[in-house]
Amino acid sequence: MTLSRTLATAARVLRQLRHDPRSIALMVLVPCVMLLLLRYVFDASPRTFDSIGASLLGIFPLITMFLVTSIATLRERTSGTLERLLALPLGKGDLIAGYALAFGALAVVQSALATGLALWALGLDVTGSPWLLLLVALLDALLGTALGLFVSAFAASEFQAVQFMPAVIFPQLLLCGLFTARARMQPVLEALSDVLPMSYAVDGMNEVLRHPEVTGAFVRDTSVVAGSALLVLVLGAATLRRRTV
Amino acid sequence: MMNSKAPAPPVAGEATGSPAVRARGLTVTRGPRTVLRGLDFSVPAGRVTGLLGPSGCGKSTLMRALVGTQAKVSGTLDVLGHPAGSAALRSRIGYVTQAPSVYSDLTVRQNLEYFAAVLEPGRSAAGRRRAQVTRAIEDVDLGSHADSLAGHLSGGQRGRVSLAVALLGSPELLVLDEPTVGLDPVLRRELWHLFRGLATERGATVLISSHVMDEAERCDRLLLLREGHLLAEDTPEALREQTGSTTVEEAFLHLVDRAATH
Repeated sequence: MTLSRTLATAARVLRQLRHDPRSIALMVLVPCVMLLLLRYVFDASPRTFDSIGASLLGIFPLITMFLVTSIATLRERTSGTLERLLALPLGKGDLIAGYALAFGALAVVQSALATGLALWALGLDVTGSPWLLLLVALLDALLGTALGLFVSAFAASEFQAVQFMPAVIFPQLLLCGLFTARARMQPVLEALSDVLPMSYAVDGMNEVLRHPEVTGAFVRDTSVVAGSALLVLVLGAATLRRRTV
Repeated sequence: MMNSKAPAPPVAGEATGSPAVRARGLTVTRGPRTVLRGLDFSVPAGRVTGLLGPSGCGKSTLMRALVGTQAKVSGTLDVLGHPAGSAALRSRIGYVTQAPSVYSDLTVRQNLEYFAAVLEPGRSAAGRRRAQVTRAIEDVDLGSHADSLAGHLSGGQRGRVSLAVALLGSPELLVLDEPTVGLDPVLRRELWHLFRGLATERGATVLISSHVMDEAERCDRLLLLREGHLLAEDTPEALREQTGSTTVEEAFLHLVDRAATH
């Protein structure tokens, strides 16, 4: 792995996006619109908005980056550019880190806007520091990137890649504690939710929501999310083969 | 047809010096199918070698084996003195796949800049990279489209962008998979002029696949492939003489018939 090749790859991914302003606008604005909508859906119960809003600040970057990365990587595979890159002196790590860096940067913009809007315009009441919210959002984005990269290896078409979204993301969404506290689920489901990374993303957000300082649970939650992202990235790297049939 | 054969030193039966590619018993399987069956051949250095045969005969598979992207390769395959697929070869081979492999949402120049940065990274090489990108754009005659999105170009133009990428870094071996398919005659002539120049002026070894037999006459040497077998390996002149044919196409058909009766 070389830093300059990683940076060149990240710059290339961002350049590609720059030619597609509509995608950027959708990625950045849709979470804001959803939060706005949510704020007035829970107009009569601001406490519910606080809890769900904070959780969603962690979930949006995960879903967006999952979708964007799985399609982008699939395009790289089907357009032949992946084969070309792997025939060149580019490390697999350079490619993956390049993608993670580029989408991570985008996630920072997306999360900063969504967090800013939620806190200062929509009155989301958070006890802890907004920077911690942003940190969790960024880690969630990395997790989304990692998952997207990984599943793209199993999708033969963009059609299939999109179907991986409900398959990989929806179960996590149902079990992450967004709809009901994880402790109140049927024990088997609770145990299942304990091994899904999105649960920790939501738990982490809720720690920031309720505590003014960095708690031990927050450190554990963010470490689990970061660790899962790293693990899945390594698995994703293993799916990039220089020699294919 | 003035440019059909630019001046090049005639190649005697066996090229001098060590070949750029040497294959012994090269076999490739894809699932239950054996795509290449024990091929023995060599590609002389600094020459234009044509890899000819009908669609589906294994040309692309052979090329992928050379550049190290093909799985399940057995036998011996040495490229520029290293086993095919060695990491040391990655910056020394330029490879153009049959379908143009460039980013359609980047401009021609941006595509080239990225691949140049992969080949030769670092800020200290920025000047060299710029010169290489400019030269590659000129080589394929896309100067007037340098700032167009690759996705907005015609199929033939996109193919030339893909070719320009392979020319970056002055590779010693160029592996070009059907680079002239679907192009108009004028453009084809220009590209063959370029390929010839790459060999004679820049000393590169050029391996070009084609299923269009009239392009064979422009090569120094030919590998005729059919159904995973090597039918012949010689100069176009020698092939015509051996078979008493007037064109390489006729010679190919003659060889196919002869193989069938054996």
